Amino acid sequence: MSLDETAVLSLSGVNKFFGGVHAVSEMTFTVEKGGLTGLIGPNGAGKTTIFNLITGVYPVNSGEILFKGQSVLSRKSHEIIHMGIARTFQNLRLFHRSTVLENVMTACQHHHPYGFVESLTHLGRWKKEEKVIRDRSLELLDRVGLADRADQDAGTLPYGHQRRLEIARALALEPELLLLDEPAAGMNPEEVFALNDLISAIHRDFDLTILVIEHHMDLVMEICPHIVCMNFGARIAEGGPEEIQNHPEVLKAYLGEEVVDE
Amino acid sequence: MSNYTEGILILLMINGIAAMGVSLLTGFTGIFTLGHAAYLAIGSYTTAILTLDYGFHWLPAVILGGLLAMIVGYLVGLPTLKLMGDYYAIASIGLAESIRLIIENWQSVTNGARGIPGIDTFTTLPITAGFFVVMAYGAFCLINGRIGRAFKACRDDHVAASLLGFNTPRYRVLSLSISAFYVGIAGGLYAGFISFIQPIMFDMLKSTEMTSVVVFGGLGSMSGALLGTTIITLVTELFRPISQYRMLIYGLVLVLVMVFRPEGLLGRHEVGPALFRKLTRRVTPAPGERGPL
Repeated sequence: MSLDETAVLSLSGVNKFFGGVHAVSEMTFTVEKGGLTGLIGPNGAGKTTIFNLITGVYPVNSGEILFKGQSVLSRKSHEIIHMGIARTFQNLRLFHRSTVLENVMTACQHHHPYGFVESLTHLGRWKKEEKVIRDRSLELLDRVGLADRADQDAGTLPYGHQRRLEIARALALEPELLLLDEPAAGMNPEEVFALNDLISAIHRDFDLTILVIEHHMDLVMEICPHIVCMNFGARIAEGGPEEIQNHPEVLKAYLGEEVVDE
Repeated sequence: MSNYTEGILILLMINGIAAMGVSLLTGFTGIFTLGHAAYLAIGSYTTAILTLDYGFHWLPAVILGGLLAMIVGYLVGLPTLKLMGDYYAIASIGLAESIRLIIENWQSVTNGARGIPGIDTFTTLPITAGFFVVMAYGAFCLINGRIGRAFKACRDDHVAASLLGFNTPRYRVLSLSISAFYVGIAGGLYAGFISFIQPIMFDMLKSTEMTSVVVFGGLGSMSGALLGTTIITLVTELFRPISQYRMLIYGLVLVLVMVFRPEGLLGRHEVGPALFRKLTRRVTPAPGERGPL
């Protein structure tokens, strides 16, 4: 178990059971500060479970998860978020009945608080802070290319746009670590290409550390200098794109084993 | 203005205050309640007892009634609103029945099932209007801002809400406390309006009516709750001459809305500039979107 200074997130020996299913077993890896790490693996490998463990959706059975040197275990989800982690969801979890802009404002408001009485009377800081929240949210929407959709209901957006909206909403939390759960799921190749650019750009401009779960190998291989591959809840390989592509265990997980006749 | 019209207006505004309370909880925070008559009863009885037995002026009595309802709401909310799902709805039925039974049996204080007669009729039209305007202003401000967005986030997806940094149980308890305060105030004003209160007025039927009015007007619309309560109150009054069929018509109106407009009269839209924009936008499509041709 190595805990170097530059690690933003580190998992060591993390185990998670769902009844008799060993969903995550002895998972150990670190995410470097400012890094863009990919987490890959076949369906059901436990990738999303890892995100759910990091963000406190499920409790960990054993092991330790540290964020900036502090344990996230025994903290509630909302407390972990305020430590500086934001995430998106594989099965989009937007507020469908609210507008695109409101979705982002809901996340943005944490950094521009005002009091209860000001909420009730719209006096004091209300006007100023609401304007800041609105402007900042519009800026983020513009960043992901959804500024012209601000007043539309989030549920009516095309799929690819909903994914971008989730990214904007997560960015509005001003996180240090951004967890992206299959941001390219259900996208066509052109959309994936555009998403590549978006992820690289926000990684650069927002001074972020990103951990991305992805199925589109071309996306991961292109943008992530560091990749962790898992299968059946355990880490099977870790390294650069080339290394991962040629790793026998990874090939085995994705392509299966060659049957050798005697 | 005739006494009758004035009475109807006062009743409309009292029901409006209660409806805003229920709307905040059920419409905006997504917590179903079947026992809000409890808070109405607490408000009514506190006001009646404080003014009659302790010589309080009506104004602090009404406000203390609201605060007591709020405290009860808070205490009931703490354990039940940590759980997601319909636990609060079940608990609220129990609460309403308990409060009613306490009032019925606590003879020395509440005068039991015979009720409290002779409450000073302080609830005049200007006083009710004053309360209504202030509380409506507060409710509309609240939903347009930080706390309103947090409530809606808890309603629409509580997992996403907590992963956006909201302490969802806290916001749910806050919503219930404010809701109970509104209904408690409405109860106090109601006591000063009809001057005679009885535990049977705050039964299950009253609770159901309070919630159905809000569903009728549109969950997630404050002006919808007000419109719903206005229509239901007027329907109830209009058909007073054929009062044996009143509940039948009331039921029919609710069923018709459920069939033809399941999201309620106004859905989740508010009467105001935004609704107007929404209606006019259909004519002029936003840039980048294709028009009807």
